[in-house]
Amino acid sequence: MTQLSKQSYEPGKHPDLPPPRMEVGYMGWLRSNFFSSPFNVFLTFAALYFLYVTIPPILDWAVFRAVFDDVRHRNECREIADGACWAVVRVRFEQFMYGFYPQELRWRPNLAFVLLFVALVPVLYDRVRYRKLWLWFSLIYPVLAFFMLWGGLGLEPVESAKMGGFLLTVLIGVTGIVVSLPLGIALSLGRHSTMPIVRVLSIWYIEFFRGVPLITLLFVASTLLNYFLPPGTYFDLLLRVIIMVILFSAAYIAEVIRGGLAAIPKGQFEAADALGLNYAQSMRLIVLPQALKVSIPGIVNTFIGLFKDTTLVVIVGLLDPLGISRSTLADSSWQGLSTELYIFIAIGFFISCFSMSRYSLYLERRLDTGYRDK
Amino acid sequence: MKENSNLAIEINNMHKWFGEFHVLKNINLQVERGERIVICGPSGSGKSTLIRCINRLEEHQRGNITVDGITLTNNLKNIAEIRREVGMVFQHFNLFPHLTVLENCTLGPIWVRKMPKDDAEATAMKYLERVRIPEQARKYPGQLSGGQQQRVAIARSLCMNPKIMLFDEPTSALDPEMIKEVLDVMIQLAKSGMTMLVVTHEMGFAKTVANRVIFMDEGEIIEENVPKKFFESPKNDRTKLFLSQILSH
Repeated sequence: MTQLSKQSYEPGKHPDLPPPRMEVGYMGWLRSNFFSSPFNVFLTFAALYFLYVTIPPILDWAVFRAVFDDVRHRNECREIADGACWAVVRVRFEQFMYGFYPQELRWRPNLAFVLLFVALVPVLYDRVRYRKLWLWFSLIYPVLAFFMLWGGLGLEPVESAKMGGFLLTVLIGVTGIVVSLPLGIALSLGRHSTMPIVRVLSIWYIEFFRGVPLITLLFVASTLLNYFLPPGTYFDLLLRVIIMVILFSAAYIAEVIRGGLAAIPKGQFEAADALGLNYAQSMRLIVLPQALKVSIPGIVNTFIGLFKDTTLVVIVGLLDPLGISRSTLADSSWQGLSTELYIFIAIGFFISCFSMSRYSLYLERRLDTGYRDK
Repeated sequence: MKENSNLAIEINNMHKWFGEFHVLKNINLQVERGERIVICGPSGSGKSTLIRCINRLEEHQRGNITVDGITLTNNLKNIAEIRREVGMVFQHFNLFPHLTVLENCTLGPIWVRKMPKDDAEATAMKYLERVRIPEQARKYPGQLSGGQQQRVAIARSLCMNPKIMLFDEPTSALDPEMIKEVLDVMIQLAKSGMTMLVVTHEMGFAKTVANRVIFMDEGEIIEENVPKKFFESPKNDRTKLFLSQILSH
């Protein structure tokens, strides 16, 4: 039985009281995230100890005892301090960015790089003003970038062999990503097709390129291809490498999207048919938007892999950042500074790949329409 | 060209197999314009397959199906033409989850009927009002209840301004309290003179709305009659058994 007399307020008059102080605010946050159980308390302190042991020496080496001055030799570094010798990155920075692209023409890749982001905005975000108009720029950007990098149309020509460093990474990576996505979509639809020839060809293509290591394909691009091409024809090694990267990653993309296609209920295809949409319309308007949405994590995963795999081109003699670091380390004035160089390269790759990963999360949230499979 | 323009659907000696399995056996059915037909029968009797053959979601192997004067063949143009005139409502709604309710309704008119977007939206709102959910137009299907989704699915079909509507167990996936709101919309549609083929177990709906009730079992049409006679004096034993099973409780 309720004892109304024991209540301090009349029924219906109870005011909203503040919650216990330990449950909310930063105290509540600390408690629920770090000290919710004895094991959690132990983990918190173990993690703190680990950070205490590792962070100070790393900071010490990388920042406090590091040399940022503009010196020309590792021995000069050692005379100043015994930490990291970032001078090597500083001195070789331009090579890491552009390879051997002529110094006076570097405004061209710079401009192309800035315009790349201008071209990407309407593709990546659908809530921008004048998107349709803007997309036209994105469409002509590849042509624009081609002439800016290689010259022509009145611009001084630059050979591919001069391109290197992160310029090369971005060039191969972005071209690979942009071209392999539509190709992969086409292949996945091909594999899903009811036409036997299209299906068999798609399956063979996918199985072949997935079954062969990228390095093998790069070797084929650099050496073997010459035997197959008619004598006298020559085309650029960089172009051949880019084509191989595209063909390789398209096969992976196709399989990722096939997974997405398999996740679309049969009823969606039937509803599209029943409305009278033709094949192209039902794919473009109904099936692919849903299949691609499901496949976003896998697609971005493949793209991140592709971006990092561009470092393999060092095998066929292209000077990506790893290639530049090799030649830098071979220079007697910078011998033994591999840690600094690799950290620098790693940071470059991390920024690119982390951005892609964050964008993928954004896109997943953006496309979430509250639909759950029943 | 059209021999009998009064016929919406004409099916002659139609057979269908799923692999070795003979699902539809010698189906003969004529549906007049404005007629409302309820098809019932035990599960696996081929009733869904029958109405799915009418808009070529399933292919029949023998016999003829003529819809609105167009005979169904492998000719893609014929199929497209028929699908434009025949609306379909599914058991599981099959709304497009990545599009809003309004976009679900305007998609067909815009892409198939080549209607300007403004007109399509006006038509869509008209039908959403008719199914009594205009206020949900900007929401996504995933945010609606089952009954609301099915009403959107009906509106989506009506936006194509079809001559014939097919319903494939439209209330079977709904919670009991939502069945009525969908049936109400269907009754209203029947009153407007739409030609309807409805696969359903809602016998109340059959009694009030149907011109004819068809009973199917094991791929054959066993019996057909006007609702009153069908329910009061079924001739076939299998019909009697079926009716006793679904009406007993």
